[in-house]
Amino acid sequence: MNGDQMMRARAATLPAPQFDNPAWVTPVALGDAKVAIVTSAALYVVGDNSFTAGDTGYRLIDRDRRDLILGHWSPNFDQMGIKMDLNVVYPIDRLEELAAQGVIGSVAPRHVSFAGNQPDDVSTIRLDTGPSAAAQLRQDGVDVVILTPV
Amino acid sequence: MSVLAHIFEAAGIATVVLSSVREVAQKVSPPRALHCEFPLGRPLGIPNDIEFQTDVLVRAFALLNEQSGPVLVDHPVVIEADEQPVSCAIPPRFDASLPPCVDEARGLRKAHQRAFERRGVTSVGRVITPDEVPNALAILHAIANGQDWTTAEIPGGNVISVCHDIRTYYEEAALELINGPAPGGRAMENWFFETTEAGATVLGARRAMRDAGAMFPLWFYMAPANRDSA
Repeated sequence: MNGDQMMRARAATLPAPQFDNPAWVTPVALGDAKVAIVTSAALYVVGDNSFTAGDTGYRLIDRDRRDLILGHWSPNFDQMGIKMDLNVVYPIDRLEELAAQGVIGSVAPRHVSFAGNQPDDVSTIRLDTGPSAAAQLRQDGVDVVILTPV
Repeated sequence: MSVLAHIFEAAGIATVVLSSVREVAQKVSPPRALHCEFPLGRPLGIPNDIEFQTDVLVRAFALLNEQSGPVLVDHPVVIEADEQPVSCAIPPRFDASLPPCVDEARGLRKAHQRAFERRGVTSVGRVITPDEVPNALAILHAIANGQDWTTAEIPGGNVISVCHDIRTYYEEAALELINGPAPGGRAMENWFFETTEAGATVLGARRAMRDAGAMFPLWFYMAPANRDSA
């Protein structure tokens, strides 16, 4: 079993939080939507606080920043793809192109990064930091989020 | 990611997840997910391939047209990780008085500097700088060869971060030493752990710490889970 197969098999056995009565938002038309990226790659801009092991917080990334450090603590995923091309995890340039083409309405001024290796109960992210990050994007008028894992 | 989708949706923002583990997406049931069976760490699939990345996003955004959910759709392309080590030159021995891993790391210093200058950023630096990588390897080399790890002067007192910085230093340097298209997922990891002295040293120190009774997370996360600990 190769590394990716092993990690996928392990992840498949982890406890899965349940959401009763999950929300469903009917978005505005994509051509009018302001879009943000939310990633679990633990990216942060140079000068910001790094991620600690088990960090349940998030970092905000301004739209024009490309000097991003990979702060994830797991050794179990390819870390070179993002070093070769940020967009393979954080597709900010693709969003800019889609906005210029009118496919999406606009690119959000700020984007969000969490660390994917969370405690199994994910209670902090569910009750505290997740809603806090969402509120930040709401302040910016974000309509749609694309979530990218590592 | 699927958990965050529910949280953001509850806050009034429509979401689409690029799923990387299908079973998780099935169990957590985010409102909309495009499952992408791509190498872990590459949710958009292929570095430097604008057309492919754009296709992934367009397929993901198309799920916003669904009237109800949850929606889980598979991207039609499957990309397997590359299990062959990337072809990358390793510096020849220069100072035979040094442990091979230390000599090797010194030989990569200029390549890493070029990588830093070209990219403008490095992810080395959690506990050591690029200049401190050879000395950190000397410490791991000593542990691998019998030194008591509890008395070794591990930088920052955190061996997992030391191993992160060493591997990142090597992989970033290697970006300056390879030609051709981007290596596949795991190809660079395989190069580090299967062909470099530093990779062998990390695995040796990891085995020594495990056998000396170090706590499971401490030694285990020094290297990927699938790496041999026999």
